[in-house]
Amino acid sequence: MSNFSAKLKSVMTELGLSLLSIIIALLVGTLFIFLTNKSPLDAYSALYIGAFGNFSAIANTLWRSTPLILTGLAVALPYRAGLFNIGAEGQFLMGGFAAGVVGFYFTSLPGFIHLPFAIIAGMLVGGLWGGLPGFLKAKMDVHEVIATIMLNHIAIALTINYGINYFRDTGRPATPKIMDTAAMLRFNQLADHPILGKLPLAELFNHPAIRLHLNFVLAIITAIVLWYLLFKTTLGYEIRAVGFNPDGAEYGGINAGRSIIVVMFISGAVAGLAGVGEVLGTHLSFMSGMDAGYGFTGIAVALIGQTHPIGVILGGLLFGALAQGGLEMQFSGIPSEIVMIIQALVIFFVATLQVLKVYIGKKKAKGGVK
Amino acid sequence: METLKQIFSLSLILASFRFATPLILAALGGLFSERSGVVNIALEGMILIGAFAAVYGSASTGNPWIGVLYSMIAGVAFAAILAVVCVLFKANQVVVGTGINIFASGITIFLLQVLFGVKGTSPMVNRLPAFRIFGVRFNPITYIAIVLVPIVWFIFYKTPWGLRIRAIGEHPAAADTLGINVNRWRFISVLISGALAGLAGAHLSIGDGSAFVREMSAGRGFIALAALIFGKWNPLGAFGAAMLFGFAEAIAVRVDFAFIPSELINAIPYVLTLVVLAGFFGKSVAPAASGEPYYKGEK
Repeated sequence: MSNFSAKLKSVMTELGLSLLSIIIALLVGTLFIFLTNKSPLDAYSALYIGAFGNFSAIANTLWRSTPLILTGLAVALPYRAGLFNIGAEGQFLMGGFAAGVVGFYFTSLPGFIHLPFAIIAGMLVGGLWGGLPGFLKAKMDVHEVIATIMLNHIAIALTINYGINYFRDTGRPATPKIMDTAAMLRFNQLADHPILGKLPLAELFNHPAIRLHLNFVLAIITAIVLWYLLFKTTLGYEIRAVGFNPDGAEYGGINAGRSIIVVMFISGAVAGLAGVGEVLGTHLSFMSGMDAGYGFTGIAVALIGQTHPIGVILGGLLFGALAQGGLEMQFSGIPSEIVMIIQALVIFFVATLQVLKVYIGKKKAKGGVK
Repeated sequence: METLKQIFSLSLILASFRFATPLILAALGGLFSERSGVVNIALEGMILIGAFAAVYGSASTGNPWIGVLYSMIAGVAFAAILAVVCVLFKANQVVVGTGINIFASGITIFLLQVLFGVKGTSPMVNRLPAFRIFGVRFNPITYIAIVLVPIVWFIFYKTPWGLRIRAIGEHPAAADTLGINVNRWRFISVLISGALAGLAGAHLSIGDGSAFVREMSAGRGFIALAALIFGKWNPLGAFGAAMLFGFAEAIAVRVDFAFIPSELINAIPYVLTLVVLAGFFGKSVAPAASGEPYYKGEK
């Protein structure tokens, strides 16, 4: 019982830290809103209404949080192994590009093959793009931060600059539209679906403005699977042990190099899935600009979620709400980029508070010994 | 043959200097910060805010030199965030660096709308005058960048300041024992890196061009970082690498190759850096304490 209450206490502390950083970030954000000669209260109420004002808004908040939950997970998982994956952006692009190419290239596959094929292709390519820095780290001692930065830019050159030009059939900077058989089910098509249409809430989503699609469900499933992997399996134990103390883990019989490669592969596949969803669910083609910095926002999402898969879902929802609500703010004359500023502030404050927590903990521990 | 002639033409080499200028400056900036033990992936954001501040300075006073001053102040201000949060509060340097990059993207587009009322490109402003020296015309920032290379080399290898910065990047505890104030020197080094990265931004917006375009840093902060690594954390090496990458950029813009698409030439610096890091051309080793916050009295 005391074990449970200790655990509860630590969860509450973490949650409190995240909430505190969000509140400070929103408060500091008001300084920037003052620059626009608008009232911060109006700005934040527009933000709230835009994100939660009605059912369509809520559904679209979920839609916008989908890639963020996934890129957040792609940062959070390696973080647990002591690795910093700032390559989610590149993994996202590579995964999305592969799914987009499979999506339009195969013209006569049935849907139950085409869609899974495109998803798996995207996750595999994303996984390889994540596994490569893992391999370089494990075998050649290349720092993963530098390697993933370089791979991000190589991915941009390969997909957005070269890939799109190679495949595109119109003036639009995008690959050709994917086949219907590769498209992810949208929630507003639920009512027309022969089986899923019978679901009780299907009618509710029947609105053209709702853009929520299947990938949200996949993102939640991914988070749960990663939670299970991290806390209930041997591999997860190994990952956490390597993050805690790589030398100690190695001494305890864990192959740290192998864990690093595996964890980076999984995280690349998860970031790849984020790209897959944007291509097969949101844009229906791989287009320039669709990454929208998700790989980097994922870092904020992972930190605010305290790198816990379930926390990452909450972090993703928060940033999804900010992105969705930011549009409403733009309508009322406040640049929606305020959202990016708040994201950055959240990163600064979480990073700082995290350290203060550790520092205070150390001081307490020292005091206890004396 | 035609391709070779194009590659080794004078105009291409001159263009390389222009393309290399922001890389040289930001790489020298990164050198200060990384050599003192602070990883600086925020160079990208500092270039971006520098580019914006330069245009704002030039627009509001009509004098591009004020723009240059503003760009360096803005770079230092952003570097101060990194210094305070990472050196003082010991937060994770890579995390905060990423935050600064997001902050820079957000605030420049935000301020474009608030100050200029536009979303993509600022109005045209007065640019820096180009100077002709030995028959070559460059904007002043290019000359500054070239002159700074030997100066920085001299500071790092011939002065006590440089020795201190190198020492605290390799073994902060030992430096501390010798009475060097580790965190003060890290603070100073990070601020210098901000000033140089800001100046790199001014080159983009009012040296090479005459307006600010959203996201105009376009990954140059990361290429500068690559140049720094490729040049093995040494000012002369970083200069050579920056010139090589600037040359690659010039080639991508100006030369048509039959066998390699120009879109992929832009990726060459990144690929080369990975190859170097993997140890194929002799290992490039980062300063030992790079990325580690320094807690006085531990270890």
